[in-house]
Amino acid sequence: MTEQPRLADQNAAVALPEPFIRWFGEKGWSPRAHQIELLARAQAGQSVLLIAPTGAGKTLAGFLPSLTELAVRPRRKPGQAHRGIHTLYISPLKALAVDIERNLGKPVEEIGLPISIETRTGDTPSHKRQRQKLVPPDILLTTPEQLALLIAAPDAKRFFEDLRYVVLDELHSLVTSKRGHLLALGLARLRNYVPGLQTIGLSATVAEPDELRRWLVSQNPAGEMAGLITVAGGAKPDISILDSEEHVPWAGHSARYATPEIYREIKRHKTTLLFVNTRSQAELLFQELWRVNEDTLPIALHHGSLDVAQRRRVEKAMGENVLRAVVATSTLDLGIDWGDVDLVVHVGAPKGASRLAQRIGRANHRMDEPSKAILIPANRFEVLECRAALDANYLGAQDTPPLVDGGLDVLAQHVLGCACGAPFRAADLFEEVRTAAPYASLDRPTFDRVIDFVATGGYALKNYERYARIRLNKDGLWRVANPRVAQQYRLNVGTIIEVPALNVRYVQAGSKGSASRGGRVLGKIEEAFLETLTHGDTFMFAGKILRFEGIRENECFVSNAPGSDAKVPYYGGGKFPLSTYLAEQVRIMLDDPQRWKKLPEQVADWLRVQADKSVLPKRNDLLIETFPRGNRYYLVAYPFEGRLAHQTLGMLLTRRLDRTGARPLGFVATDYALAIWSLGDMGAMFRARKPSLAALFDQDMLGDDLEAWLADSWLLKRTFRNCALISGLIEKRHPGQEKSGRQVTVSTDLIYDVLRSHEPDHILLQATRADAGAGLLDVSRLADMLSRIQGRIMHKNLEQISPLAVPIMLEIGKMPVNGDADETLLLDAATLVEEAMGPGPSEAGNE
Amino acid sequence: MNFSLARASLIGEADLVGISGERAICDPRGVLYFPKLELLAVSDLHLEKGSSLARRGALIPPYDTGATLLRLQAVISDYQPAVVISLGDSFHDGGGAERMHSSFRERLVALMAGRDWFWVAGNHDPEAPADLPGETVRELAIGSLLFRHEPSKVRVEGEISGHLHPCARIVQRGRSVRRRCFAGDGGRMIMPAFGAYTGSLNVLDRAYAGLFRLETLMAYMLGSDRIFAISRSMLRPG
Repeated sequence: MTEQPRLADQNAAVALPEPFIRWFGEKGWSPRAHQIELLARAQAGQSVLLIAPTGAGKTLAGFLPSLTELAVRPRRKPGQAHRGIHTLYISPLKALAVDIERNLGKPVEEIGLPISIETRTGDTPSHKRQRQKLVPPDILLTTPEQLALLIAAPDAKRFFEDLRYVVLDELHSLVTSKRGHLLALGLARLRNYVPGLQTIGLSATVAEPDELRRWLVSQNPAGEMAGLITVAGGAKPDISILDSEEHVPWAGHSARYATPEIYREIKRHKTTLLFVNTRSQAELLFQELWRVNEDTLPIALHHGSLDVAQRRRVEKAMGENVLRAVVATSTLDLGIDWGDVDLVVHVGAPKGASRLAQRIGRANHRMDEPSKAILIPANRFEVLECRAALDANYLGAQDTPPLVDGGLDVLAQHVLGCACGAPFRAADLFEEVRTAAPYASLDRPTFDRVIDFVATGGYALKNYERYARIRLNKDGLWRVANPRVAQQYRLNVGTIIEVPALNVRYVQAGSKGSASRGGRVLGKIEEAFLETLTHGDTFMFAGKILRFEGIRENECFVSNAPGSDAKVPYYGGGKFPLSTYLAEQVRIMLDDPQRWKKLPEQVADWLRVQADKSVLPKRNDLLIETFPRGNRYYLVAYPFEGRLAHQTLGMLLTRRLDRTGARPLGFVATDYALAIWSLGDMGAMFRARKPSLAALFDQDMLGDDLEAWLADSWLLKRTFRNCALISGLIEKRHPGQEKSGRQVTVSTDLIYDVLRSHEPDHILLQATRADAGAGLLDVSRLADMLSRIQGRIMHKNLEQISPLAVPIMLEIGKMPVNGDADETLLLDAATLVEEAMGPGPSEAGNE
Repeated sequence: MNFSLARASLIGEADLVGISGERAICDPRGVLYFPKLELLAVSDLHLEKGSSLARRGALIPPYDTGATLLRLQAVISDYQPAVVISLGDSFHDGGGAERMHSSFRERLVALMAGRDWFWVAGNHDPEAPADLPGETVRELAIGSLLFRHEPSKVRVEGEISGHLHPCARIVQRGRSVRRRCFAGDGGRMIMPAFGAYTGSLNVLDRAYAGLFRLETLMAYMLGSDRIFAISRSMLRPG
């Protein structure tokens, strides 16, 4: 698949204009083979995917075709019209666009090229945006949302008519989200304006390069793809698993036991990047490190909830090499250039081999030197996962989530955007949309329903004709009904839905925030977490222990609470499920005692005792253990399919067990296992085949049981809210006012209830179900698992808990049990009142 | 079947809430029923809110009127009240009654037949609804009770109002539960909003300041099939 890059010096003279050769010479460099190769392919008219590790000169490679072409382009004569954009660069992060402007500006200046490079992001002032429309730069660096906005402008066609190249950075991370769907639709539109448009995708290593190669070009029956250039990874990274002298915990995610050992490594290295999986882990690790930081080393914290100014300060300090360590979450995953990081520490399991590779790439940005990394498993299962990840990395294995069909909510947004730009014919837009990879299999009836939705809501009850947002005119063209529609569209563009969050602001202790003006803002915290706090509660945020003082409007007031007892913030986002590939690697390792030798002794010992007391699952089997404990019976299954799929499985199994009379009480799911507890003796039931395990785990649970459970699930309401916002049913922003998250949540829940009972087949509910199935529920993964384990279920009926079951049993009680427990909580509260107030509530009345 | 009798017999004295000497059932579906007066009060129906928002570009499902009427139909058929008072904001805007789909209008008229029906004027619908029977009033006094849309600033014993869409929130075992509620202190009562698309405002919000005697304030939170009476000390803002 990989084409062998030709030797650089053979081609340099052919493809590179003279000033470039001179510049390389002055620097004492020579262009790299893949840079020349990409240039040659682009000059031959091909779109190209470049897969290369960090530090391989990817950015320069991506821009060389544009720079060389612009270098020899005749200058615009005075009086000639301004030319449109020549090259569009799109990245997932604003910060990355800004970074590129700096990195690209340097060679352009040194070579002396007459090329203008500008960014356009949400932060660009409006006068600059207007000027960019009149006098477009040659190279525009921007984000998917800004592209959507540019397309929705009436002058879009003229603005883009000179476009030659679109450079898509970090493509692997863009394509897997709804942003990727919106971007794909935008690209289809651009190709419509400029049929010869070429794309250049820049990506880290991925499992299926062909998916990205197809994504980069217009979908065609011949199945043509973009060309592929692969740069082999540099020096192999030097990765080890911390072989702790401490006791590795059975469960939990804090890795607190390893703090002194981590600190020792920080002291040994110049600059250490510490990655964790969630923001709460970041807060905790940061606190723990400062607790042992006897030398007061400059150690900083960086995550997505922190105030932007604070994040920028950390990034700047990092660039200036004044920090010794930074604790970070995925906000630092993508390719922003850092200073001289010489060690990456990954705390907690990496959850996916690709993510690990990318994070390790942050160390030592020169590709010929090995990156150094240490993995710190937080518990015993994570030891197994880290070992598997490590082996996978050496094998060069990669996993990225499979690409899913484009969301219909995103399509609805795009259709309205197109109408805002120019009138369209439905048949033409349908053909155009189908050239975008995520929508290649879209059918015409569905597309027409989306148009109908955009126009009048698409309801069976035709009530809203007079309020239509777009109308079909006699000439067969759809047009926006009035200018206000376009104005509202522009304020609501994009697919990133933020969880409702409140600013966290410092005040004086005990002030409740009423009179005080308040101090600085530390960042944002999800409303759902803050709702569980009472005045005086303490929690960790922004590297501090804070006391909750109260909420006023959209701000949460806090004061300093030095001391060690703190609740850790819970964050909804930032938890990745275990990847399919890695899960399989873990199962293979469990099945092969030879490989346990590479594990720390205490972990290997744990597995040996398991083999002795119960059994270890074979690589393709599903192990089910049942045992009594206390006055309950437990079922523990080990599918290793990730928390989301296990949660869905738990919901469905408890429904079924309830029907068979096992009287299940609850369940808990981790990335590795699922535990259900009940009043009935499940072990005895399975042995009597009432029901049999095969029947219990039959694939038909994904039919009616799933439907019935989903209908009332809060998961679906949450997903519906996102679809409603993205599709434009509900506005994120209205001119002059920002709706608070609460108001939106309440109303979409109500809308969901009403729509579901009156028009269950509505297109937005269809989009919601598709989303939930792919995302929150991981239904497809569950389906694969159920089909894999048919006839391969191994049941062990035990007298007591097995060693393998200990970690998940420790989770019981830590997590709230899902399900509709709200009424029980209300009853608790009401009972307390009755106890306190005497009999009937009416007595409280003053009659 | 006369459900009202069956239901009334199920209701113990303890389930009745006192308001200025009268006793009423706080129904978990969000209506107030006075058995002695055979009077049913419902507040903030906000009919045609969907089409009202659609006029301004948000094309939310046009089924709210149908959903609200269906629920109203259910409580009316259970209690068979002689008198119904709709406590204001019955329509989301002045044009709502006119916009209402003819099938909905017919259902509403059928519900009204055979009983005294009062439309209390609200801030959203200050005028009488177009082409509908029933009497439109500013406020209505019956016995020791006074029905009006907005709670008066000056304390009036026996006042029953709506307008504020009360809800309450509790936190138990680290989890938060928010529900619509009746809010009462024994002397006055504010009813929850009944409409399918109506939002709600916490009873601890500043908008309620001065309305209740705090020491006897109770939130009667709506459960799926019962009311949960929660005293003020258990309530949380937000």
